[in-house]
Amino acid sequence: MIEGVSLIEILSLTTILFFIGVYGFLTRTNLIAMLMSLELMINAEAINFVAINKYLSPAIMQGQVFSLFIIALAAAETALALAIILHLFRLTDSIDVKDVEELKY
Amino acid sequence: MDTFDYIYLIPLIPLLMFLFLGFTARKIKEPVSGYLGTAGLLAVFILSYYTAYKYFFADGLVDGKYQQIRVMLKEGWIHFTDKLAIDIGIIIDPISVMMLVVVSTVSFMVHIYSLGYMHKDPGFSRFYAYLSLFTFSMLGLVLASNLFMIYIFWELVGVSSYLLIGYYFEKPSAVAASKKAFIVTRFADMFFLIGILMIGYFGQSFDFMTLNSESTISMLNSWIANHQVASFLGLSVITWALILIFIGGMGKSAMFPLHIWLPDAMEGPTPVSALIHAATMVVAGVYLVARLFPMYYHIEGGAALRVVAVVGAFSALFAAIIALTQEDIKRVLAFSTMSQIGYMMMALGVSGFDGYEGLGYMAGMFHLFTHAMFKALLFLVAGAVIHAVHSNFMKDMGGLHKYMPIASWTFLIAALAISGIPPFSGFFSKDEILMAAWEYNKIIWFVGFIVAGMTAFYMFRLYFRIFHHKDTQYEHPPHDAPANMSFSLIFLAVMTMAVGFISFSEYISASLKPFHSHIHWGSPLVIGSIVIALVGIGAAYLMYYKETEYPQKVAAAFGTTYKWAKNKFYVDELYMYVTHKIIFDKVSKPIAWFDRYVIDGFMNLLGVTTLGIANRIKFLQSGRLQDYAMYFVSGVVAIIIIVIYYK
Repeated sequence: MIEGVSLIEILSLTTILFFIGVYGFLTRTNLIAMLMSLELMINAEAINFVAINKYLSPAIMQGQVFSLFIIALAAAETALALAIILHLFRLTDSIDVKDVEELKY
Repeated sequence: MDTFDYIYLIPLIPLLMFLFLGFTARKIKEPVSGYLGTAGLLAVFILSYYTAYKYFFADGLVDGKYQQIRVMLKEGWIHFTDKLAIDIGIIIDPISVMMLVVVSTVSFMVHIYSLGYMHKDPGFSRFYAYLSLFTFSMLGLVLASNLFMIYIFWELVGVSSYLLIGYYFEKPSAVAASKKAFIVTRFADMFFLIGILMIGYFGQSFDFMTLNSESTISMLNSWIANHQVASFLGLSVITWALILIFIGGMGKSAMFPLHIWLPDAMEGPTPVSALIHAATMVVAGVYLVARLFPMYYHIEGGAALRVVAVVGAFSALFAAIIALTQEDIKRVLAFSTMSQIGYMMMALGVSGFDGYEGLGYMAGMFHLFTHAMFKALLFLVAGAVIHAVHSNFMKDMGGLHKYMPIASWTFLIAALAISGIPPFSGFFSKDEILMAAWEYNKIIWFVGFIVAGMTAFYMFRLYFRIFHHKDTQYEHPPHDAPANMSFSLIFLAVMTMAVGFISFSEYISASLKPFHSHIHWGSPLVIGSIVIALVGIGAAYLMYYKETEYPQKVAAAFGTTYKWAKNKFYVDELYMYVTHKIIFDKVSKPIAWFDRYVIDGFMNLLGVTTLGIANRIKFLQSGRLQDYAMYFVSGVVAIIIIVIYYK
């Protein structure tokens, strides 16, 4: 519980954060930038977990444990994604998704 | 009773022989495989005669009645319901033991004979493998203790018959004949199967001993009495089941109108014709009726049995008329076989049950036994003649008596036997059939009587035209068959002369109780049947001993009838018409059209529609990651909107 800040404000913040992420994911064609947008979305969720846990049922810690998981998973996912991007770069000399659209009808 | 425990060896030995010869047919060469197969059959032969001796003279007769012994190999092999199950077992009773003797004797003789007949044939080992398969199936059929087992072996003999008819598979006519035999008998077996299932449903058993027991029969009869409505054409469903089973027997035994495969089956090697299409497999139908005889006799006052009598008598007459006109010696013999089997069926059909009234049953079985011996002999001699002359047709033969004395004398013995001249075996069995028919119905007796005369005539027509008639000049002078072939001929000729003196009624009867019957030498019936046989022989002598003009004159006098008989009354053509013009054109083609355009059309429609829709929406699969993300996000948004506003 933070003094002077209501749950609705925090949720507004995370919603904005999330949709910034969505916007970035849909508009940027650079894979690194898309990855960063993805991180924004994940972090918005993590904040959501913590905030809802803190405001609605402070007695149990599940939400905070979940956000810890999310952080760990996001790190792993980033490592994996970067490895894929690195390989892609070696294959195509580019990290732009527009250059890799062979997989279609 | 455990003393018959070895009995399973009898079918097992030929089965093992078949597997061994079948798997090694390419490795072991000509004489070895033949000797192996013959050795196996020798074992079967000895075991069968031992069984017959043991059964008839030592263990079988208890308190004046022959026991039916069941050796159970596996109880409850397949369960249908709690009560209804198929067992695997062997039944030993007078007729199965008698059939063991018939099958093993003829099969053994044919094995020996084929050593000479199939000499230098490229498929020698294959031939012996098939012969073993057939012997196994036939022995299994004879020993089967329930209807389902008999059905299994029934199909197995059908398969081995198919394989052996089509033995010369490079000949198109042999292939066609084997297919015809298989399809016709299979068509009949369909009815057989339906009959079995009906009997199983109403009788609550497939086992012969249970079905033939008094309790089952009275249960079925009271069922019929209580369900008068359940009838078709005035006969109850159980009688129809028996008739359906008889149709199966008609197919195998070449009764009219399912006889068309038998003449064509003569495409097979002649020893095969002797074994399968004269002595053993074709009498399976007779055996089947005899097996279920208490049911046939007692259910609904023997309605099904009357059908058997009429079909048998008609087939006997029908085939005898055709046999008078045929030119191919094997076909004459084939129609003669059909006629004689009709005789046996007729004998069963006219039979009573207890004691002397069961004369017909006994006579039918007796005739089966004697017929197997002399008809196998006739075929084997015909094989020897064909072997020597290289033709099936009578016009290429004549005057063979001086070249082939053994063949000639043995053929004469068999021909006298089938004509019913005492003291040869055929006389005794045929005469008892005629006696039984006389007691039953004068018309049926008269048919049998006429057929007896015709039989004598066509047999001696055959004999005179092959062995006398004219002095044909042969390129290679024919000579008697080698020792192994002649041995079979002489053995069977001795059997033909001897077996008539067995007093069959002491061993085989419908009620399993021995009774006494003997020929009344002075009675007009006996004298009449001898006279008609002599008339037939005399007519054949006049017409065929020397070349005369009588045959043409007689043929011309009969005109159309002769032409019809010569063309087998156009039954084949009728079948062709019915199958091609009616079934194929009027039934199959519309069904094929429906299948092609409606059923396939519907399936094609489904396929085409799917393809069309896929073509329209395939642009969605663009390969661009952002597009997919866009679809995904819009989907999520859509779902959220639906969840929020349309709850």
